[in-house]
Amino acid sequence: MLFDRSLFAQGVRAALPVLLGVVPFGVITGVAMVASGIPPFAAIVMSLLVFAGASMVATAQLLASGSPVLLVVLTTLIINLRFMMYSASLRLHFAHAPLRWRLLIGYLTADNVYGLMLQRFSDRPDDPGKMPFFLGAGVAIWLVWQLAVLAGVLIGAGVPTSWRLDFAAPLAFIAMTIPLLRDRAMIAAALAAGVTVVAAHALPLKLSVLLAAAVGITAGMVFERRTAAS
Amino acid sequence: MTLSLWLTILGMALVTYLARASFLLLPPGVETPPWLRRALRYVPAAVLTAIWAPELALQKEVLSLTLHNERLLAGAVAIAAAWRFRASFATIVSGLLALHLFDWLI
Repeated sequence: MLFDRSLFAQGVRAALPVLLGVVPFGVITGVAMVASGIPPFAAIVMSLLVFAGASMVATAQLLASGSPVLLVVLTTLIINLRFMMYSASLRLHFAHAPLRWRLLIGYLTADNVYGLMLQRFSDRPDDPGKMPFFLGAGVAIWLVWQLAVLAGVLIGAGVPTSWRLDFAAPLAFIAMTIPLLRDRAMIAAALAAGVTVVAAHALPLKLSVLLAAAVGITAGMVFERRTAAS
Repeated sequence: MTLSLWLTILGMALVTYLARASFLLLPPGVETPPWLRRALRYVPAAVLTAIWAPELALQKEVLSLTLHNERLLAGAVAIAAAWRFRASFATIVSGLLALHLFDWLI
């Protein structure tokens, strides 16, 4: 059952349209890391070990400017805290899977893999096909992502700055954010975080991101309670 | 720089993996506290917005909410495209094209 090939292939196929967005974001991530001064080999190792583009782009500048290790790690944790939410949600599907599979699922959980999984199985958590489907989508996205980052690292400074490809990174984050805004509390969380981060941008060491995350989460929860009470 | 770079990469990998595996590794009987699940629900929208909002609203570290800020305008186009098509490729391409268009117009 774990190795049902047709279900694995279904996962791969479901990932295909998503790959169109994975490629440019991966290339940008590779380019951004090398452009900020991270040695190519370290950038590739980082992509393999960390496998989280948003945090790699956001910390590239911090890393290159020689910021303290703890600060970069803390910023990474805040940006990747969203994976905790995915893991809490995936637990409904995979809590009873063998440990080694759960360890692998943890590694492969990227935003879009989680999105595909949710689209397909949120209303039927008992479907036995979800493991091979998840692995199919996860492996496809992982592989294409790593190749795209590698391409970006190799191209490195070869991309003319006049193409303004650096703007693709925020665009990729916008593409990830907007589909999340399905209710008012979620919109409140995003708006509050956006306003806070801009208002607090002068804070040193990217503390504005940390503060904005806290304010955004609080706003979402307050709004949720208010909507529920009225 | 080298040693601290590798330490940083290892630290990033560790916290990222722990966040990803966290709830998957708890034994089956353990319940997630409801308040934590509620709070976590808002993490992606809040954190992701905190990353891209400054890229649109600030020009050289200064707040710029005017029609002369081509990144703000291109970002608005991308948000509309994301809302309409819900596809990352369409969002990225329309945002980049809009950026060049506004750059040329302004």
